[in-house]
Amino acid sequence: MEKKNSFNLSKIISKYSLVIILVVMIVVCSFANENFLQFKNLMNVAKQQSVNILLALGAMLLISAGGLDLAAGSNLALASVVALYAYKAVPSVFLTFLVAIAVAVVCNLISGFMVTKFRTPPFIATLAMQLMARGVALYITQGQNQSGLGENLQVIGQGSTLGIPNSIYIMVVIVLAVIYLTKETKLGRSVFAVGGNEEAANASGINVNAVKMKVYAINGLLTGIAATIWLSRVNSAMPNGGVSYEFDAMIATIVGGTSFSGGVGSAVGTVIGAFIVGFLNNIMNLMGIDSYLQQVVRGVIIGGAVIWDIYFKNRKSSR
Amino acid sequence: MENTVRMELRHVSKSFPGVKALDDVSFQLKKGSVHVLCGENGAGKSTLMKVLYGLYHPDEGEIIIDGEKVQIHSPMDARKHKISMVFQELSFVPDMTLEENLFLGRWHKKNPVKMDWKRIRKETEELLAREGLDYKPDTLLRDMSVSNIQMLEILKAVSFNAEILIMDEPTSSISNQEVEFLIKKINELRDRGMSIIYISHKMDEIFRIADEITVLRDGKTIRTLAKDETNMEEIIELMVGRKLENQYPKQEIPIGEELLRVEHLTRNKLFEDVSFHVRAGEIVGFAGLVGAGRTEVMSALFGMERYDSGEIFLDGKPIQVKNIRRAIDQGITMVTEDRRKFGIVPVRSVLENASLATLKKFFYKFRSHRKMEHDQVSEVFAKVRVKTPSLETPIMNLSGGNQQKVILAKWMLCDSGRVIIMDEPTRGIDVGAKKEIYELMNVLAESGKGIVMVSSELPELIGMCDRIYVMKEGKISGCLTERELFTQREIMSYAVS
Repeated sequence: MEKKNSFNLSKIISKYSLVIILVVMIVVCSFANENFLQFKNLMNVAKQQSVNILLALGAMLLISAGGLDLAAGSNLALASVVALYAYKAVPSVFLTFLVAIAVAVVCNLISGFMVTKFRTPPFIATLAMQLMARGVALYITQGQNQSGLGENLQVIGQGSTLGIPNSIYIMVVIVLAVIYLTKETKLGRSVFAVGGNEEAANASGINVNAVKMKVYAINGLLTGIAATIWLSRVNSAMPNGGVSYEFDAMIATIVGGTSFSGGVGSAVGTVIGAFIVGFLNNIMNLMGIDSYLQQVVRGVIIGGAVIWDIYFKNRKSSR
Repeated sequence: MENTVRMELRHVSKSFPGVKALDDVSFQLKKGSVHVLCGENGAGKSTLMKVLYGLYHPDEGEIIIDGEKVQIHSPMDARKHKISMVFQELSFVPDMTLEENLFLGRWHKKNPVKMDWKRIRKETEELLAREGLDYKPDTLLRDMSVSNIQMLEILKAVSFNAEILIMDEPTSSISNQEVEFLIKKINELRDRGMSIIYISHKMDEIFRIADEITVLRDGKTIRTLAKDETNMEEIIELMVGRKLENQYPKQEIPIGEELLRVEHLTRNKLFEDVSFHVRAGEIVGFAGLVGAGRTEVMSALFGMERYDSGEIFLDGKPIQVKNIRRAIDQGITMVTEDRRKFGIVPVRSVLENASLATLKKFFYKFRSHRKMEHDQVSEVFAKVRVKTPSLETPIMNLSGGNQQKVILAKWMLCDSGRVIIMDEPTRGIDVGAKKEIYELMNVLAESGKGIVMVSSELPELIGMCDRIYVMKEGKISGCLTERELFTQREIMSYAVS
């Protein structure tokens, strides 16, 4: 009887390990600093994480399908630059979104094309894309930050509705859409099959290349939306910005339980992962920890979280 | 043969969450003998071996070597006690040479940084000479055949000065001639006084090399028998726990209309002018040596590989199979040869694996239809008798036989399926599950499907097929049509020149 109980407990712990980490973190943080649990602070973290979460959802889909995108940060910068030029020509928010999305999707289709048609390893293909996108962004701006956002565009990343930042509404809608994609669509199911075993997915009649192209396109869509929010929040288009955002995104989704070997990942986990990282940064800022030291702590905690997760996963299926 | 006990296991138990893998297992291994462990997949053989090799730690029980109780916590400990293991999956680095692989992890060094290549070369050559193998020490592993690499595994195990050798299905991926050599080798090692634990599914092989046989079932030792006191039927019976009346349960099924017709199918250098047909309710066998082109022809029919010329007819109408999706939609499905590579998505659930080829059925109108998916998969699983803790269990946790049944279930969910190609459908699965696969072939044939079975095991072709085509060097060299007249000799006469 006792044995059975302890077995169930470990099963529950392993299933909800992420939620437990998040809750423990919130509790510890709220004791460590009185400002932490304040609504304004929490919203601030959510706002900061909104761009990262969009990129992390794309990374989740790509990694689950056996790919990855090292160009996300550069694509984000390029998309925001081009979108701002478009905005300055025709000051429509809708158009800005559309142009940013179009640019990011094209960049991702180039990556996807290299991966599917020429069998380039995703690491190399997207590294090439990273250089190309960054180069174009720097060239057309000659390395200068671009400003000139109107109020209608600023409101996306800086404004609030009913006390909640607008970017959070967008993020929530996108998170729901990605949950729907992974759970309710044929593509979602195919993504995990392709990442779990490409050959077997192919031998079951799944068009592996089409699935990969679609996932890159979706990653582009998410990057484009993120680019617009980012552009609006920082109030300028920065051709030099967004560096290493792709790694922040990957960290969030890996902490959130996505398996780097493919086939396993979840949207909810990714969001939790992003918040674990976000709260970590936040509490260290609130406590005034030296920013260089913060990096060390981040590294240690991210490593630890992943090791913990792997440890429980191995226990679950050790046979 | 001496009769001293080399190693003994007493009341060893090992549990994993939800399953008792070993339940009070005891047996004795004698010096200078070959002890075969039999049992169906999931009987606990591999777990037992991993306990002996220090990869798992038993919950209860004792391991006794030369009369002394020992603790084996790691493969390092196992080596200290002169236990070595040859794994089922080959564990070498393909881009390294033979000698590098042989000494991997225990390289001789002149000083802490410099390798002593001369000594490595010398010892490799000595080892090779001693075992009578004429391999070159500087061959890249990727250029060696599977069976040679298998032999190297044994060489490596022996090079640790092992006296107890554990071999986990060493013949699962090598040809018959190579099996002969391996058996010879094992006999030599035994005569040198080595104690060998040998795991295998192949009955004829077991009876050729065993001195003693221990049967495991559901994690328990059922019985240990001396080879001379038993026979194949008894062992199989002990393994499955019931009498297997007839290993090949062929049913007489009325043969219907022609379903598939292949004419002059050719692909440069792989196969040439291949013509055959399959009728409803018929099981058509394809025999031939490895490399005769059987898998290549079937892959072309399934849209997995291309073909240069020839025609494929389904129900008398010519069809094009440009890709796998087209093949499936038109009614051709295929259980591929390499289950791990092409058959399963290991980390995903059995449910997802089963519905992988028919996603369209369960995802439409912008949402998933989980209940329907669940119901249909459960229904087919009941039919093919898949044993799984739940539909959410990752398929990698199932035994080989059950994985194969899930793959069959996948194709049975395809309403369009007319012809099922099965490439080595019973490879690497145990006797009981094999029979269940044969029974499923009957069920499929009875429902009017046409079955193509490619197999290297002649008894199963003879036992199950209505007609047998034999391929040799990319061409069909013979067709046997009279069931009563099938013999291994006749098939082989077409297969070899």
